[in-house]
Amino acid sequence: MNNPAAEAHEPMVRAVGVHKSYGHVPVLNGLTLDVAAGEVLCLLGPSGSGKSTFLRCINHLEVPDSGYITVAGELIGYREQGEFLVEAGERQIARKRAEIGMVFQQFNLFSNKTVLGNLMEAPVRVRREPKAEVEERARANLRRVGLAGLADRYPGQLSGGQQQRVAIARALTMRPKVMLFDEPTSALDPELVGEVLDVMRDLAADGMTMVVVTHEIGFAREVASRVAFLHQGQIAEIGSPASVIEHPSHERTRAFLATVR
Amino acid sequence: MAGKPLQAPAAGTGRDVAVQPPGERKIRPRRHPWRWAGVAVLAILAAMLAHSFASDQAFDWGVVGQYMTAGPVLDGLLTTIELTAITMAIGIAGGVLIAAMRLSPNPVLSRVAWFYVWLLRSVPLLVQLLFWYNLGALYPRLSFGVPFGPTLVSAGSNTLISPFAAAILGLGLHEVAYMAEIFRGGILSVPHGQTEAALSLGMTRRVALFRIVLPQAVRVVIPPTGSEVINVVKGSALVSVITLTDLLYSVQKIYAENYLVIPLLLVAVIWYLILTSLLSAGQYLLERRFGRSLARTPRADWRPWRRGIPPREAS
Repeated sequence: MNNPAAEAHEPMVRAVGVHKSYGHVPVLNGLTLDVAAGEVLCLLGPSGSGKSTFLRCINHLEVPDSGYITVAGELIGYREQGEFLVEAGERQIARKRAEIGMVFQQFNLFSNKTVLGNLMEAPVRVRREPKAEVEERARANLRRVGLAGLADRYPGQLSGGQQQRVAIARALTMRPKVMLFDEPTSALDPELVGEVLDVMRDLAADGMTMVVVTHEIGFAREVASRVAFLHQGQIAEIGSPASVIEHPSHERTRAFLATVR
Repeated sequence: MAGKPLQAPAAGTGRDVAVQPPGERKIRPRRHPWRWAGVAVLAILAAMLAHSFASDQAFDWGVVGQYMTAGPVLDGLLTTIELTAITMAIGIAGGVLIAAMRLSPNPVLSRVAWFYVWLLRSVPLLVQLLFWYNLGALYPRLSFGVPFGPTLVSAGSNTLISPFAAAILGLGLHEVAYMAEIFRGGILSVPHGQTEAALSLGMTRRVALFRIVLPQAVRVVIPPTGSEVINVVKGSALVSVITLTDLLYSVQKIYAENYLVIPLLLVAVIWYLILTSLLSAGQYLLERRFGRSLARTPRADWRPWRRGIPPREAS
């Protein structure tokens, strides 16, 4: 259980019976799902269907009411003790989160730090890695997202598309096992969406495990290994992009796809 | 014939000729005669005031000049500066702590912080100062040891709490409550996404607060903190009631002997003006320093009369 490399068939992300409600409003209704290593899973669904909440449960930014999630074979937010799951301490959760990259809809770059500072902060402060090494890796990641020249700018001086590419590079500099994308292009001007999707496409081709909440049906069709359609906090339909997007079997999927296309 | 008309009707067409392009017509700025009237009235009032200042015997500028740098006055000034510096150091450190406690998910910490702010803001500062000064009446001896057990160290309250210590306790703990609210406002002004991004990168809440949120909150915190420093400079004058010789009490002691009340109060006024002016300048420099990361455009010139004039091209 603690050594994912020994069990290659272990899914990278496994969610089992995840429930979450806000007050009396249920958002996730016993969601169960496996994401294999190297897979790109796109989550589609109307707003309020629980896509973002589920994504935030994966790195414990939201705490599920019941059910559990493992990443690379290890429980997140809990540790096992006999038949109980005991809530983990903050440090333990933080250590786990460091292995999970997350990209937000609103970029959330640290506005008091330069681009390079944004990339270097967590590896240096959290992992205590040597600065020179981190800087080298950070600059390589900036080149990878096509922003090598902007290392010394502040986030406020960048376009939305550039900020989101920096956010991706920042997550990558922690060398995560999984990348979570929470509607990464929804806050962007239409002409800037392409540059961010290009970076994500490149990541997928490199074999990164990705869970992507998106409304970009074209991206899902082209890049996703599988597409899941969420409805009322459950998976209504999951399968290859061709089957879910081209030939949806669920009534709700059809209705949703008709509105976004 | 008084000049030629601006627009002559075009012959035959029955409509006016096209208006000239606006660029070719001169614009006359609007006049503001009432502003000048206002300036005139103010100038007269200022002249009257200045005349009264200069000629009234009670002001006695010679005495003012003589006492500005008198030893006891400078000692008092130094005490006021010390009080302000120590009070603000306590206020800022304690304020950050109480604000962090108040925003903590831990309900015990959060309520303790709320209670502290409620209590210390509710009791007048003057009363708090008197309370600390007279603590000996309540607890004649202060001791440190095992709760309900043996005592390790013990000392009389009046020897432990000098007037200066009472002033520091009173001013400092009171200031903590106000600074806590200022920092809480600053922390809340930083978008929650910043914390979420920090957590998602594996930082603990504490590291996220100190490395990401507080540095951004500082920008919002500086202006009200500047006001607080100035409040403390002036509020420290209250310590004269607990016989601590600050700037005000030092001049009071002098005029109690020579009855030159107004000139000596003027000495204090001038020193307070100098202190607060220096502090305002310091605040401006700090704001400029912490505004850097947000500057999208070059910042405005600090000289108001230069604003709106484009900076010289670098050649």
